[in-house]
Amino acid sequence: MSTLVIKDLHVEIDGKEILKGVNLTINTNEIHAIMGPNGTGKSTLASAIMGHPKYEVTSGTVELDGENVLEMEVDERAQAGLFLAMQYPSEIAGVTNADFLRSAINARREEGDEISLMKFIRELDKNMAYLEMHEDMAQRYLNEGFSGGEKKRNEILQLMMIKPKFAILDEIDSGLDIDALKVVSKGINAMRGEGFGCLMITHYQRLLNYITPDHVHVMMQGRVVKSGGEELAQRLEAEGYDWIKKELGIEEETEEQEA
Amino acid sequence: MTVEINLPVTVQDVRSFSEANGEPTWFTELRAAALDKAAGLEMPKPDKTNITKWDFMNFPTHTVESEGFASLDALPQEAKGLIDLEAQENLYIQRNNTPAFIKTSQELSDKGVIFTDMLTAVREHGELIKKYFMTEAVKVDEHKLTALHAALVNGGVFVYVPKNVIIEQPLQVVFLNDNAEASLYNHVLVVAEANAAVTYVETYISTVAEAQGQANIIAEVIVQDNAQVTYGAVDVLAKGYTTYVNRRARLARDGKIDWALGLMNDSDTISENITHLIGDGSHADTKTVVVGRGEQKLNFTTEVRHWGKNSNGHILKHGVMKDAAQSIFNGIGYIEHGATKADAQQESRVLMLSEKARGDANPILLIDEDDVTAGHAASVGRVDPLQLYYLMSRGISKTEAERLVIHGFLAPVVTQLPIEGVQKQLTEVIERKVR
Repeated sequence: MSTLVIKDLHVEIDGKEILKGVNLTINTNEIHAIMGPNGTGKSTLASAIMGHPKYEVTSGTVELDGENVLEMEVDERAQAGLFLAMQYPSEIAGVTNADFLRSAINARREEGDEISLMKFIRELDKNMAYLEMHEDMAQRYLNEGFSGGEKKRNEILQLMMIKPKFAILDEIDSGLDIDALKVVSKGINAMRGEGFGCLMITHYQRLLNYITPDHVHVMMQGRVVKSGGEELAQRLEAEGYDWIKKELGIEEETEEQEA
Repeated sequence: MTVEINLPVTVQDVRSFSEANGEPTWFTELRAAALDKAAGLEMPKPDKTNITKWDFMNFPTHTVESEGFASLDALPQEAKGLIDLEAQENLYIQRNNTPAFIKTSQELSDKGVIFTDMLTAVREHGELIKKYFMTEAVKVDEHKLTALHAALVNGGVFVYVPKNVIIEQPLQVVFLNDNAEASLYNHVLVVAEANAAVTYVETYISTVAEAQGQANIIAEVIVQDNAQVTYGAVDVLAKGYTTYVNRRARLARDGKIDWALGLMNDSDTISENITHLIGDGSHADTKTVVVGRGEQKLNFTTEVRHWGKNSNGHILKHGVMKDAAQSIFNGIGYIEHGATKADAQQESRVLMLSEKARGDANPILLIDEDDVTAGHAASVGRVDPLQLYYLMSRGISKTEAERLVIHGFLAPVVTQLPIEGVQKQLTEVIERKVR
């Protein structure tokens, strides 16, 4: 079993503090969901864990099985077992999806032990079929000209090919129609099990109809303010966030700033 | 005003070279007249690059003698890798200034296609050369370097594709430079008559570390009604050359040209790639990629000029600059009055890999007609940190991520080259140059 431990994490962007002490522990074989209104720091948390260049961690720790993640380069974090399905994946012209995926897989293997082309293609074909992706997506340039839904599927394809220990899914459900949401959820559920932990960030309970979380957390004003089980998500869906604010005595509205 | 630059040869030199080569009198006279003009003409003025201190004149010798290749096995490895030795049916290899190997298929001769070296063409296909040599696309008296080129032409290729003839397999040409004293006054003339189609791919490759001569290269492509030409070129000339390379096409009605140019010289280079869309419905797609390094000074002008109605011109230029290389990218879409419904689009992007490198993208639209569409995009910048972040977040190292982004950036030309060996070589040259 692996464990990702986030302790008292403070993060700034452009000198403005977004995360104000986040605490969270995730084990493999667990699926966590983080919910919360816009601009409360959910995406910032995801980006800070992965090492986005614009986010500055000012204090706190992130440890993966006792290793200090914050001291690692972005690629080292990935090699250690972290994966972030991004809300806005970059488009990279001239690099085919297939070449990119092969580079990502081979980056995890020793020189001379690269994945064989046949095995790679088999695996790619299988996963693409599972995600109902058109086969020409393999030879298209990475995310270039992809629709919003295609990009999200492509993130999940990478997840399935790379098989990380921990995946953080940053609003993987946003902009998806119901059919695409089902497919994406199917991919995530296929990963579920021993050796895989997941942190899903979402605005909508809808996603949780397809992927049942083990733990649900609510983030507000840069902190995790409440945690519970699946029933917490259902109550949020039914009643919104006001009751939590009341319960916890949170008054001011968070600013509209979704980073 | 006459610019006082001493010419490297006398008219007597030119005449005796021409005679030794067995050229018809008219061509000898063309050379002599061109040299005379060269004395009085001004140098070209590439936009934003000052070339007054560049030496375009001096060379150790006008022509060097090299041995031919009896078989392809004798080729140096650098050239061998370019060629599919089994399958390539139509191949011309020029070694410095010497036609060193030529192979043409039976199909080509059956169809009346001419594929031969330029000096042979002058002797054997005088009428066609007289008609097209520096008459329609590039003119002798445009400036000092075009005139000098006409006077000194000492190599190149002639391709003539008769009416309605479609050649499936690319014609491949390799200009191998393995003598440091060689100067290249190569002239390429490709004529595609009405409804003809041909793909031509040339590679310039130096195996010497440093050259001492001149490279003054002109390619003319004549695309007649409804003909199609794909022109691929990869230039990898050595440091030490002063390179002037002018590739120009002239298109008649519904003619089409696709340029794919990988400009990888290590020499200071002035490159011009101009397409004249004369005929209605003519179409030019020009793709150029460039890598500059060291102290190189580079100027790349790509222009598509529209006279034809409904003519289409697309320019894509991607450049990578490292070390202290300095480059100017001029992209010009020029729509003449009367070219209604013309479409001129261009995209110029420069990626800078070091603090000292300079890259300047100048998108220019000159439009003298109302009923047209035109657009341009230009950017100069570093490798996008978010792209690197994205790739690295999948476990790819920073070095490898940069490599992927750069190769991707230069891919538009690589993928366009229709010969696998040439494609592979360009990828390797890019790899070597950006490392």
